[in-house]
Amino acid sequence: MMGSENEGFEEAPLHSPKEKSESTLLLHHDLNSVDRHPLSDPLLSPTSPNSNPHHPHDIEPPAYADVIFTPFDSSDINGSGSPLDTSSSSSSPHGFSPSNYSDYIKITVSNPQKEQEPSNSLVPGSNTFVTYLVTTRTNIPDFGGSEFSVRRRFRDIVTLSDRLAESYRGFFIPPRPDKSVVESQVMQKQEFVEQRRVALEKYLRRLAAHPVIRKSDELKMFLQVQGKLPLLPTTDVASRMLDGAVKIPKQLLGDGPAVAPHEAAQPAKGGRDLLRLFKELKQSVANDWGSSKPPVVEEDKEFMEKKDRMQELELQLSNASQQAEALVKAQQDMGETMGELGLAFIKLTKFENEEAVFNAQRVRAADMKNLATATVKASRFYRELNLHTVKHLDTLHEYLGLMMSVHGAFADRSSALLTVQTLLSELSSLQSRSEKLEVASSKIFGGDKTRIRKLEELQETIKVTEDAKNVAIRQYEWIKENNRNELERLDVERKADFLNMLKGFVVNQVGYAEKIANVWGKVAEETSNYVRGNS
Amino acid sequence: MASSRGPQSPRSPHPSLSLASSQPYLSVSVTDPVKMGTGVQAYISYRVITKTNMPQYQGSEKIVIRRYSDFVWLYDRLFEKYKGIFIPPLPEKSAVEKFRFSAEFIEMRRRALDVFVNRIASHQELRQSEDLRTFLQVDEEVMERIRSYETGLFKKKPADLIQIFKDVQSKVSDVVLGKEKPVEESSEDYEKLKHYIFELENHLAEAQKQAYRLVKRHRELGSSLSDFGKAVKLLGACEGDNLGKAFSELGAKSEAVSLKLQKEAHELLMNFEEPLKDYVRAVQSIKATIAERAAAFKQQCELAETIKLKEINLDKLMLTRSDRVREAELEYKELKRESEEATERFEMIVRLMNEEIERFQEQKTLDMGIAFHEFAKGQARLATAVADAWRSLLPKLEACSTT
Repeated sequence: MMGSENEGFEEAPLHSPKEKSESTLLLHHDLNSVDRHPLSDPLLSPTSPNSNPHHPHDIEPPAYADVIFTPFDSSDINGSGSPLDTSSSSSSPHGFSPSNYSDYIKITVSNPQKEQEPSNSLVPGSNTFVTYLVTTRTNIPDFGGSEFSVRRRFRDIVTLSDRLAESYRGFFIPPRPDKSVVESQVMQKQEFVEQRRVALEKYLRRLAAHPVIRKSDELKMFLQVQGKLPLLPTTDVASRMLDGAVKIPKQLLGDGPAVAPHEAAQPAKGGRDLLRLFKELKQSVANDWGSSKPPVVEEDKEFMEKKDRMQELELQLSNASQQAEALVKAQQDMGETMGELGLAFIKLTKFENEEAVFNAQRVRAADMKNLATATVKASRFYRELNLHTVKHLDTLHEYLGLMMSVHGAFADRSSALLTVQTLLSELSSLQSRSEKLEVASSKIFGGDKTRIRKLEELQETIKVTEDAKNVAIRQYEWIKENNRNELERLDVERKADFLNMLKGFVVNQVGYAEKIANVWGKVAEETSNYVRGNS
Repeated sequence: MASSRGPQSPRSPHPSLSLASSQPYLSVSVTDPVKMGTGVQAYISYRVITKTNMPQYQGSEKIVIRRYSDFVWLYDRLFEKYKGIFIPPLPEKSAVEKFRFSAEFIEMRRRALDVFVNRIASHQELRQSEDLRTFLQVDEEVMERIRSYETGLFKKKPADLIQIFKDVQSKVSDVVLGKEKPVEESSEDYEKLKHYIFELENHLAEAQKQAYRLVKRHRELGSSLSDFGKAVKLLGACEGDNLGKAFSELGAKSEAVSLKLQKEAHELLMNFEEPLKDYVRAVQSIKATIAERAAAFKQQCELAETIKLKEINLDKLMLTRSDRVREAELEYKELKRESEEATERFEMIVRLMNEEIERFQEQKTLDMGIAFHEFAKGQARLATAVADAWRSLLPKLEACSTT
């Protein structure tokens, strides 16, 4: 399919080379054998990816195996998954645990595989791509099944996302993963594929968490239909024209076959719907600079206020998100340095024991051992604390990402309004033309055959435009309603999620601080003889 | 030796206890750092207060003003005179310019100087030193004169010390004598000691480095909690309502915890990192003593060699009935005396070192025990305070979500 990978003309130069480089990368790595175990958290020891994340191997010399470790039992208020969940590092942002919905959809993305398109190209491997296994478990009856799997490639996700964007204008649709440009030399192929897998899973889970989108046909088809995805990549007007299937609205081109009103009501896409785009641009300029107010304006003051609030929220979220990152790093560093300190003392202990000539040395070695053990324990606690902190504070990042969806939904509203305004202008200019024609033709006795014919055609056009206008207005109203509902939903869910985040964060801090205090308290007790009996 | 002030400041028994008994006591404080002068010439002066009943001292209490270079002078004099004894280490000489007058640095240096003088005052032999008496008693101007005069004459040039260290560390034979024999002691115990000291320095330096980093981490975590708190407060202002309140409370609490971290960072620096640093310095001081021992041994060997040569020469002269026999005999006697002195010096160093090393090990176990205790206590205190602070927030968060 020509150009179907690309989202728009202006993006083409960026993306086609990427597709090639992706397939070049695939040449160098064989993914077929791998049923990838998710990468363990980068916060833990990087050398043992398959180890239980709660027993890192980096500092545990055999002599000190008495460093017993008890994982933190959090009463995980934040329903974002148990800390021992190793099946995926991603989690749904929403605080509503599955039991809040009586129905559920659980999606997993796994098993990336290299596949080849039957190619007429002479270059071997030039049409290889990666597919992922998308497994769904659900009890929603519409799906007609409780567990099923399909194979999808990234291109399908793009299609799904585009179609959702068209069908669900005004909704806060979760943003899809980026079509990142990959340099074949820089990125390890497996790393990239794994990152993408995680991103895809996150995205699909977010879609499934959206109360309206989870019921969409597009999502259903994506999750269920075996083989090729039955969704057309785009309803873009111009490309369908190229396919011969489209009829351009007569009123937009001035000539040509009429088109169904609902298609006319779709926003002008990309750079291809040029004439339409031009007209809408003219309209928006008239809106901004024109001496008269456009026929319909954004009057909803409440909406304007909410919009400003969203902007402010985004700003503060961005800031908080950044500081959260810094905090997490500082906690991580603390844990690491504690670990290094503990290690240094372990080495000292060993050294003193080996070289001991005096008893004082052995006593000191024993003291050091206690200190080292406690330091290592504390280090582990800090690192574990951080794992949880990351999960909790991730809510900030999630909602920051969601702001993009909000922008999209508001943009839908603006463009729908612009369409209405354009059609109203068109209508008004058509009507004035029609009036002029009427006046002119009535001056000729018996009627002017040409003019009468033109008038009839014009009347026809006016009728179609009138219908289109009505559809456009209905669209606009619908989008406004969607905006309103989504804003409400966002407020409710955000409040719940953030409160959960705060609670989870605090409970976490308390729990680990208590554990750490305990560990050090013991050592303070054990060494208290050194300060007792001071004069 | 009981510790009455700070974890590491040894002092002889409290004066009031000793008045009853006629136990000699010598107690020193280094206090009141004051910045003197301006610009590049600026320096810190300290008040040194001496309380004593020892007869060699003029009066029972004396206050003098001293600066860092005066302490260095005292160290150098003691190092010269008391070979074999581990002279207590001094805090580092120079610091990065901008740090030199920071309150923290000044306080750390003051403490270290206080510990330095008190260790000397508690040491059986060192406390008898005349130079110590000079240091503790003479006027500022007199001190300055003495210091500038004697620094030139007696201070060991860095080049010499480096050469001595090289000799100690290498097993290459002495090129100067042109002999194949190495002028190094070959005793197993001594080898073991040298190896121990050199290795110990490495291990301790690593531990101290990590301790210093840990201090930094405390500060960084404190700082990021503070920034996080501010950001969260702003977010709360934006959200408003219960959620906004919850955010505000969290932000405020975050800032409070941040303060606790900064405080503990300071404690950690003073009570854990600094003692470790002190330990490293002490080991370095021992290395200097080892160098002295090696120098003494080398001198002894050289003299022994020279004597042999002289003996051979003397015999030759006696056989030939030369007129220079008397001269040679006198020289020989002189050399023999020098050689005996050198041997005595060397043997004393060995004896002293053996006593010192035992004392050192015991003292360090005590010092480290205290440092570990303070470290653990501080960490426990911090963690408890942090837990309490966050815990107090929970009912407020609950209230925010139920309304």
